[in-house]
Amino acid sequence: MSDTKIVTKEVEKSTKSFDVGSWLIPIVAVLVAMSLAAILIKLQGSNPITAYKSLFKTAFGSVEGLGITLGKSTPLVLSGLAVAVGLRAGLFNIGAQGQLLSGSLAAAWAGVTFDGLPGFIHIPVALIIGAFFGSIVAGISGLLKAYRGVHEVITTIMLNSIVMGVADYLASHSLREPDQFLTRTSEIAPSAKLPILGSLPLGFFIAVILAVLIWWILGRTTSGFRIETVGRNRHAAWYAGISVKRTVVSAMLVSGAIAGLGGAIETLGVTYRYAPAFNLGLGFDGITIALLGRVHPIGIIPGAILIGGMRAGAANMQFDSGVAPELVDLLMALILLLVTAPLITRFFKNSSNKTITSGWSN
Amino acid sequence: MNLLTKRNSYFLLVALVTAFFYSRDASITTSVYATGTAFALPLALAAMVGIMCERTGIVNIGIEGTMLMSAFVAFFVAYITQNILIGLAAAIATGSLMGFLLALMAVSWRMDQIIAGTILNILATGLTSFLYVQGKTIPSVFSAFEVPLLSKIPFFGPVLFIHGALTFLGLAIILALYVAIYHTSWGLRSRAVGEHPSSADTAGVSVVRLRYINVTIAGAIGAIAGAYLSLELVGSFERGFVAGKGFTALALMIFGRWNPLGALAAALFFGLAQAYANQLMIDQVVNIPSQFTSILPYVMTIVVLAISAGKVRAPAAEGQPYEKGQS
Repeated sequence: MSDTKIVTKEVEKSTKSFDVGSWLIPIVAVLVAMSLAAILIKLQGSNPITAYKSLFKTAFGSVEGLGITLGKSTPLVLSGLAVAVGLRAGLFNIGAQGQLLSGSLAAAWAGVTFDGLPGFIHIPVALIIGAFFGSIVAGISGLLKAYRGVHEVITTIMLNSIVMGVADYLASHSLREPDQFLTRTSEIAPSAKLPILGSLPLGFFIAVILAVLIWWILGRTTSGFRIETVGRNRHAAWYAGISVKRTVVSAMLVSGAIAGLGGAIETLGVTYRYAPAFNLGLGFDGITIALLGRVHPIGIIPGAILIGGMRAGAANMQFDSGVAPELVDLLMALILLLVTAPLITRFFKNSSNKTITSGWSN
Repeated sequence: MNLLTKRNSYFLLVALVTAFFYSRDASITTSVYATGTAFALPLALAAMVGIMCERTGIVNIGIEGTMLMSAFVAFFVAYITQNILIGLAAAIATGSLMGFLLALMAVSWRMDQIIAGTILNILATGLTSFLYVQGKTIPSVFSAFEVPLLSKIPFFGPVLFIHGALTFLGLAIILALYVAIYHTSWGLRSRAVGEHPSSADTAGVSVVRLRYINVTIAGAIGAIAGAYLSLELVGSFERGFVAGKGFTALALMIFGRWNPLGALAAALFFGLAQAYANQLMIDQVVNIPSQFTSILPYVMTIVVLAISAGKVRAPAAEGQPYEKGQS
């Protein structure tokens, strides 16, 4: 019993503590990453100050800009949340990408097929179908992990490519827009389009509400407690009578549903259709965002807004300063490296570099 | 000595199937097998990276990033210097550096090894896509040459002995690693560190030093796999060029039971399956959409893991940071 008591205490501590030190690390990481990237921009012969000014002015400088930023942040909040839920259960879901893609294709199908439904039914139906397909894709990895002991990192990354191939096939065959040269699905019915409130996208509020809900579930409910306990100590969880296998599968299902919802919102609110090879990096951005937010469901929101803003401003930055928009990918990689590097985490001593995931076999 | 072991019966089956296809159409079978070998090599080499790291207890999920980064460096250094040998050398230096970085994170900083590897992957994607420039070409590739005499052997000659220099280098590394792991003191020490580091430590093996050395050398091998892609097999570089081969390699490593020859056999099986699928498409024997042949290796990876996981045993100390004095 002592094992489970320790786990209970640890879980309580981690969901309640909101101390300053651990929130300084992400800020320092972002600043250092930007300085390092500035050196690279300088080496390429551009002016880093012009580049950064342009990047952030577009993203946060006006109400319209902020609307675009929040729109770009929405799938990032959700893919970050998907990764975070997985990590809480000790699972490293790096397949948010594939789950997101399947969600966005499924939502595009639902948006086209159920034409004629009123908007207040059509939108939720399409969102739920998107989440459902995302959750199926993740569920495959969950089942393989729980019952065959196959590590989720490999299956999720393989499923990313499989989903992409199948989605490409569907978008160029049975779901293809008729009489069109481009391979893409038809535009969804107007009743399925997510409304924009003023200049703020509705999808962003759905994402934030979901983040709060997940935070509440993890910290305050029995199912959340099961997930946290399995994530912290599988053996203690088993000893306490929690079914580790079922918890692993359900955590993956929830994680995939969140990512799938992210894809569905992207389709219903931004692209209005599915086209192959769009939004390629979103799932991987989720990893950086989850770790930048210290794997805290609400903590990921600021990181997602920051990175969404960079994505929103990248095109203008290229126009103003000639710096390639892929700068954002580079910044994200540097941020990820720094936010996890114990060099800074030790400097702010309170955070430990405990192992979140485990090796292949368990 | 029992000649009818399970392993030998697999070999016999493969030989019979090959002989059957060869008797029906010799030239196409030969070319499919040659293509299959070319597809298999980067997978097999990448699996060697995994084996070298995991035998000493370090999980390396950053093989993909190591290959991507070194394929990139190989190509662009070869473009800038107009010399593919300098490109190869620069790639090996880059790969070693990536390996060293992983060792730094996993051994010294005792970070979660899966996250450390993911950092390598994301770092490689970020750097290569930011620095990538379109439309550059390299002066030459490591082009295929015929090994005298050996290449004249029917079937085996064209399949194994008409390749570029990096293929031969890669095959030599795989054979050398097999010998080194099972028949040298270095191999024994590495395996001991991967199974029970504190015992190895007691016996006078420096766990930290051996892990650093092995993971760094493994990075260099990953670099050769990456350079093979950009300087020999394809001759160019695109964003996202490695396309999951580094992850497939990990599945091959598990399927091959952390044994270099086992992983090589698994990689050849994968390469051949892909070459056959391509050939079926070209011949229009069956009408498979191209999307489905392209996902074939990924589906196979999952199936192979679902079958073999649980039946194989990973090195015992894998994934755990080592602290002196722990039991």
